[in-house]
Amino acid sequence: MNTTSQNQYDVIVVGGGHAGCEAAAASARMGAKTALLTHKLDTIGVMSCNPAIGGLGKGHLVREIDALDGIMARIIDQAGIQFRMLNASKGPAVRGPRAQADRKLYRDGMQALLKEYPNLTLVEGGAEDLIIEGNKTAGIVTEAGERLKCRSIVLTTGTFLRGLIHRGEEKIPAGRIGEAPAVGLAKTLEDLGFPLARLKTGTPARLDGRTIDWDVLDAQKPDKKPVPFSYLTDEITVPQIDCHITYTNEKTHQIIRDNLHRAPMYSGQIEGEGPRYCPSIEDKVVRFADKDRHQIFLEPEGLDDHTVYPNGISNALPIDVQVEMLKSVKGLENAKVIEWAYAIEYDYCDPRDLKNTLESKRLSGLFLAGQINGTTGYEEAAAQGLMAGLNAALQTKSESSETAEIFTLDRADAYIGVLIDDLISRGAPEPYRMFTSRAEYRLLLRSDNADQRLTDKGIALGCVSVSRETVWNQKKLALAEARDMVEKLNAIPDKLVKAGLNVNQDGRRRSAFELLRYPHIKWVDLEPIWPELSDVDIAIREQIEIDALYAGYLGRQKSEIESFRKDEALKLPERLDYADIGGLSNEVRQKLELVRPETLGAASRIPGVTPAAVIALLRHVKKRAA
Amino acid sequence: MTLDTIAPDTIFALSSAPGKAGVSIIRVSGSCAWQSLEVITKGQALPEPRKTKVATLTNPNEGDIIDHAMIIGFKAPHSFTGEDIVEYHCHGSPAILDELLAVLGTMKGHRMAGHGEFTRRAFDNGCLDLTEAEAIADLIDAETKIQKEQALLQMGGALSSLYNGWAEDLTRALAYVETVIDFPDEDVPDTETAKAKPAIEKLQQDISFHLNDDRRGERLRNGIQLAVIGVPNVGKSSLVNLLAQRDVAIVSDMAGTTRDVIEAHLNLGGYPVILADTAGLRPEQIGSEGQEGIESEGIRRAIKKAKEADIRILVFDASKQEIDTNTLDLMDENSVLVVNKSDLSPKAIDMFPVKPILISTKTGENIDQLLSVLTDKIAKEFTVSRETPSLTRERHRQNLEECGRFLDSALGQTQPELIAQDLRFAVNSLGRITGRVDVEDLLDVIFKDFCIGK
Ligand SMILES: Cc1cc2nc3c(=O)[nH]c(=O)nc-3n(C[C@H](O)[C@H](O)[C@H](O)COP(=O)(O)OP(=O)(O)OC[C@H]3O[C@@H](n4cnc5c(N)ncnc54)[C@H](O)[C@@H]3O)c2cc1C
Ligand SMILES: Nc1nc2c(ncn2[C@@H]2O[C@H](COP(=O)(O)OP(=O)(O)OP(=O)(O)O)[C@@H](O)[C@H]2O)c(=O)[nH]1
Ligand SMILES: [Mg+2]
Repeated sequence: MNTTSQNQYDVIVVGGGHAGCEAAAASARMGAKTALLTHKLDTIGVMSCNPAIGGLGKGHLVREIDALDGIMARIIDQAGIQFRMLNASKGPAVRGPRAQADRKLYRDGMQALLKEYPNLTLVEGGAEDLIIEGNKTAGIVTEAGERLKCRSIVLTTGTFLRGLIHRGEEKIPAGRIGEAPAVGLAKTLEDLGFPLARLKTGTPARLDGRTIDWDVLDAQKPDKKPVPFSYLTDEITVPQIDCHITYTNEKTHQIIRDNLHRAPMYSGQIEGEGPRYCPSIEDKVVRFADKDRHQIFLEPEGLDDHTVYPNGISNALPIDVQVEMLKSVKGLENAKVIEWAYAIEYDYCDPRDLKNTLESKRLSGLFLAGQINGTTGYEEAAAQGLMAGLNAALQTKSESSETAEIFTLDRADAYIGVLIDDLISRGAPEPYRMFTSRAEYRLLLRSDNADQRLTDKGIALGCVSVSRETVWNQKKLALAEARDMVEKLNAIPDKLVKAGLNVNQDGRRRSAFELLRYPHIKWVDLEPIWPELSDVDIAIREQIEIDALYAGYLGRQKSEIESFRKDEALKLPERLDYADIGGLSNEVRQKLELVRPETLGAASRIPGVTPAAVIALLRHVKKRAA
Repeated sequence: MTLDTIAPDTIFALSSAPGKAGVSIIRVSGSCAWQSLEVITKGQALPEPRKTKVATLTNPNEGDIIDHAMIIGFKAPHSFTGEDIVEYHCHGSPAILDELLAVLGTMKGHRMAGHGEFTRRAFDNGCLDLTEAEAIADLIDAETKIQKEQALLQMGGALSSLYNGWAEDLTRALAYVETVIDFPDEDVPDTETAKAKPAIEKLQQDISFHLNDDRRGERLRNGIQLAVIGVPNVGKSSLVNLLAQRDVAIVSDMAGTTRDVIEAHLNLGGYPVILADTAGLRPEQIGSEGQEGIESEGIRRAIKKAKEADIRILVFDASKQEIDTNTLDLMDENSVLVVNKSDLSPKAIDMFPVKPILISTKTGENIDQLLSVLTDKIAKEFTVSRETPSLTRERHRQNLEECGRFLDSALGQTQPELIAQDLRFAVNSLGRITGRVDVEDLLDVIFKDFCIGK
């Protein structure tokens, strides 16, 4: 039954956070008639916590979103007030672009873009309930009681599901400070049997920059030449500012230790698991008792905003303790607080309940993306939003979800693939954040080559605009020509040594590309030998230098990828009865039943699934196929 | 789903050696193991898991008593296979065993186990890792005491704990590098990368030490090679027959009787030994055609065998005046010098560079001494110890060698992402041996050892 004709929308995205914005834009780019339903139109694109985008792993995600013509990179390029390339001194595979944002510029940029986005309607209101027809999603009931009909839904409600703010002994139901939580929707999901659990995260106090003693603090400078996130941005034109650094000290730690019994995490008031990599200052003081200081970055929240975000001291201490604590820190002795720190506990939905398209296995047509899946961070949210939005739109193009085309990326394609695969096979026992160490094929998945990895896939899918396609095709051509050139140009050692290069006098001809593989030989060193190299564009030659630098490792990684993809190609039947498979322990069987991995490779990545169990699965599947 | 519709998953088999015996054991493993026990011991209380109980076994089909047997049962996952297990310790009469096996065959969900199926289930259920499963295969095949000790050690996880320990050390080293990469804005100095270096060097040393054991473990698993070498007619075949205690090779007074390498397996003081008789060395024959051509090939094989062997027994003739130099040339620290035919003329043995053992295969003189010298030599080479378990498989060796190469490469790198990549490759090589690698392990180390985050 195709009900499109009577639907107002093909896809409704619920939630105007980072996942929701990206999902709505992706769905609309695919040509689906899309609505973005969110509590307040003027909180679209709000950054709940740290006003910054990017970083290690996260910056990679933003580049990948951009390569598929997503929107996050372009907005931060218009809003970034301190761009820094992290790990600039290290190799290109582990460089991560990061920018601190002017909150207002970011939010306004996002709202302006989405308002004009083709195929997209912004709708103000809260989602209260789902309309389900015949085991499939058919629409949303709003808090005002309005029924909005559609085919697919993307839920991106962030920290709002039964959000509960903690600050000392105080507890306030809220999705973010000052915003009401989503309780009805949480109830709906619970009634449908979705596996909900609690997580927690926290945020530091916001300070009035005019009351901070900047003179006694060290400054952190932005990069001299800011590198944009988007492949479409030529240059960053937003003015760049300094940040400052200060530290906690023994006195700060003593104040915290003396008041631990009033910290919700330690008094037992919070049950949810918090992120280990983003510990509150209480956690740091307890777990790293031997450290005599912890670093605090003081980050201005905007060019014409005096709010300062003290990065490093998120906590949920009662206000009187926060006062004492801040007073003990150098430079903050007289700082005025605009908003007190708090922790928030919220429901998330165990992502092992999702397919690799982020569609629920339980309810056809319902996609989940963002913090609702147990991740933290804007970039992780946006990446999921993009994938969920694309697949939700694809689904509306076919009669049923079974026959719908899908768009997925694997662990060797992109960080996005790593993110989604980790979520659906491992779940999120703690808030999940991306790191480069999560990627097996890190030397391949670089932030510099996201377009080379993904843009063609996006074009084939149909989510890439003509303007980006044109830019990319030009670059692709230039890359191919330059690569061809450096592989063809070659010389005997005699000639190279005469030109001042240090190579073995073994009589063997070497191509320019081979020469670039030597760490001590750079492009400019080759220009005197082959003057035509000087004609190649800087961005293009950098790419080729990077490829050459990693060539040896990439070869080996390629063979690992092949064997990885072999396991990925072994699809496990959707309705596989694990009880049928001899030789699986109950424990392993339960894990497999919970996750229902889609491939043999995915099965092998589930924690607790032994290599032996994977062999048993393989045997079983092969036997069935025979 | 009823039991009838699923494939039988409960397996049973005679677990002790077939044939008449005092006690024989039938083992049943799988989800229905306790159900069949209940049927066979109808009316009697079931034993508590892991506690023995004597019970009367009845044939439910015929109603007759099969045996009074001792029963012990285990509940999944606390058993060898990780499944429910019941063991019947019966009187070892073929009639009893046949009947009980027949009865089990009629039980719902039961079938006879295939070869090695219990072990395979243990492995499949994650009760054993690869090295442990290999060890059980070895244990069943073990013919001598020392082989058994080695297999037991490996089965007890000595090898896997060694390799897993290395993987942990490596993961820790890797964590230092990954932290520097992933948390550039934290208070983690770049010099943390350098902290990985001593750990890598140490590991490199450990692995190469483990690898440089001259294939001790593999040789022990396959049998230690002993070659008997000497000129024709010195009594090599006689010695081999005597040591093997059977007629392995033809003995005659014709020079050049033995033409090929003949091997005999024997147990020498608990060590598995492959004793090789060889053709008598007559280098002047090498290159001949026809009849002599065969001998020439035999001599070539003899020399090859002598070189491959773990230990050489160089035999000289007491009745001959001169010492054969071709034989003596093969001497090294893994050789035992023997002068045979002491019954004929006790030769002046001080003409040899080291003191030989003067024996007679005819009278048996000093054969005990020869045996104890051989055993000591083997023991010195092949001691099995828990602290330094030996490599037992080529598969392990290849992966360890590969691991070593990545460690070399890591030490030669300066860029953290390349060091990390080499270490990741190295961890994977180790993981392939025991089948365990995980990224979360890495993050665990990072978050435990470093204070990370805002
Ligand atoms: C206090 C706090 C601290 C944080 N700390 C960190 C941190 O330290 N590090 C880090 O990486 N990340 C942190 N985050 C997380 C980061 O802000 C989120 O991961 C990211 O914003 C998630 O994006 P999202 O799109 O999933 O949800 P959100 O950005 O939370 O957006 C959710 C949107 O959905 C709307 N919405 C919710 N329910 C409904 C409904 N029923 N109907 C209509 N609209 C609805 C909301 O109005 C909101 O616009 C923190 C978040 C909070 C609140
Ligand atoms: N008297 C005496 N004769 C021996 C002794 N050992 C072997 N012989 C004799 O020496 C002869 C040769 O013995 P083999 O054992 O066949 O000698 P071999 O070294 O194997 O000879 P080839 O196979 O020809 O190289 C036989 O006639 C044996 O009986 C010994 O200890 N004393
Ligand atoms: Mg002989």
